[in-house]
Amino acid sequence: MKVISLQSALLAIAFVAAGHAVAGNRSTAPRGGGGSKVEFCEDCHGLSGQGYRGYLTMPRLAGQQPEYIENQLRNFAERSRDRDIFINMSRVHGLSPEMRSAVAAHFRGLDPAPVGGGPRNLVATGQKIFEEGIPEANVPACSACHGPDAKGQATIPRLAGQLYPYTVKQLSGWSKERGQAAAKDDTTAVMTSISHNLTAPQIDAIAAYLSYLR
Amino acid sequence: MKARIMRLIGLTMAVLAIVSCAGASSAGDVESASRNCTWCHGTLGHGYTIAPRLAGQRHEYIMDQLYDFRTHARDNPFSQQYMWGATANLGPQTARDLAAYFSTLPPTPANDGDRALAEIGREIFLEGIPEYDIASCAACHGPNAEGIGQIPRLGGLSYSYLKRRLAQWGEGYHVAAEPPMPRIASRLAPNEIAALASYLSFIQ
Repeated sequence: MKVISLQSALLAIAFVAAGHAVAGNRSTAPRGGGGSKVEFCEDCHGLSGQGYRGYLTMPRLAGQQPEYIENQLRNFAERSRDRDIFINMSRVHGLSPEMRSAVAAHFRGLDPAPVGGGPRNLVATGQKIFEEGIPEANVPACSACHGPDAKGQATIPRLAGQLYPYTVKQLSGWSKERGQAAAKDDTTAVMTSISHNLTAPQIDAIAAYLSYLR
Repeated sequence: MKARIMRLIGLTMAVLAIVSCAGASSAGDVESASRNCTWCHGTLGHGYTIAPRLAGQRHEYIMDQLYDFRTHARDNPFSQQYMWGATANLGPQTARDLAAYFSTLPPTPANDGDRALAEIGREIFLEGIPEYDIASCAACHGPNAEGIGQIPRLGGLSYSYLKRRLAQWGEGYHVAAEPPMPRIASRLAPNEIAALASYLSFIQ
């Protein structure tokens, strides 16, 4: 842990040097962070990485697979994810590769209770789809890749405890935001056809189930 | 002359804050209760001098603030001077009704910021200043600063109110406000606060 925080401190210094101050004329030293980008992430994603619903829904990062977080940060930086949103996602997620691994390691270790929020009456249907898939619609069991507890593995993300509106939005518009860099080994492209085979009520059910899963 | 007018306004507000302590206690009294608010916040809730605009504000946010005034969690000087007394006898039902009423009034922008700073303010609003760990304001407050749920509408509030509110977090006021605002605002430099407040004051 000590090694990580020292590393983060050094990286934060590097980050400040690499960036440009938008407003200039800053008379005082930066007062933020205490040497790590973790606080910066927490300000949107929640103090325990539990996710937060603002105008945008900021996804849960707690317990997420580090490799997945690093890949997504790289996708943002290379503008192969969320290009068309009103915020410059490349800039607000613009961490150096070393900082990416430091924050990914931090959120990996957090385990807050899920925020929940999905309709309770959909949970049972969602669980069934998650565990068995929908063979007649060519939808494999989610658990086959994401694991029986939806904890993910390596580049495959943890889904357990993810915020309901976030999962719904991702599965509803996969190809608008994700899988845009298939040529560059972007494994999120795998989900394109699966998400297209799901109906809106099925997506709602899966998202509801995951929103409560610890 | 200006100082005398300010003193007079201050005195009037103090008196009105005391009057409004009487507060309404049932849903039927909302109209008279709202009159106590509009003495300072303006007939259509458009704000007046130090009293911020309430028109179009998110009703959950108004309720949260009324609760914070009542419990003294929101503790900056004007809150202590005017709003602690005004909310001392405010019941939850009246608070809900007042919040619902003001949230439905149409907001108009104050337009009183510095035009020259608006573009810088816009950039900070949309993207934050990642180098200084300042998150994007728009991620939570929305692309037009319209707010949502408990998150307030900022677009069109007055320059002086926005500037004071943002600065006061850095001065240690209202630290019990829901995260992450106290932390983010306390990282903003004065010129960045002026730019943000300017930009926001012009938003329709």
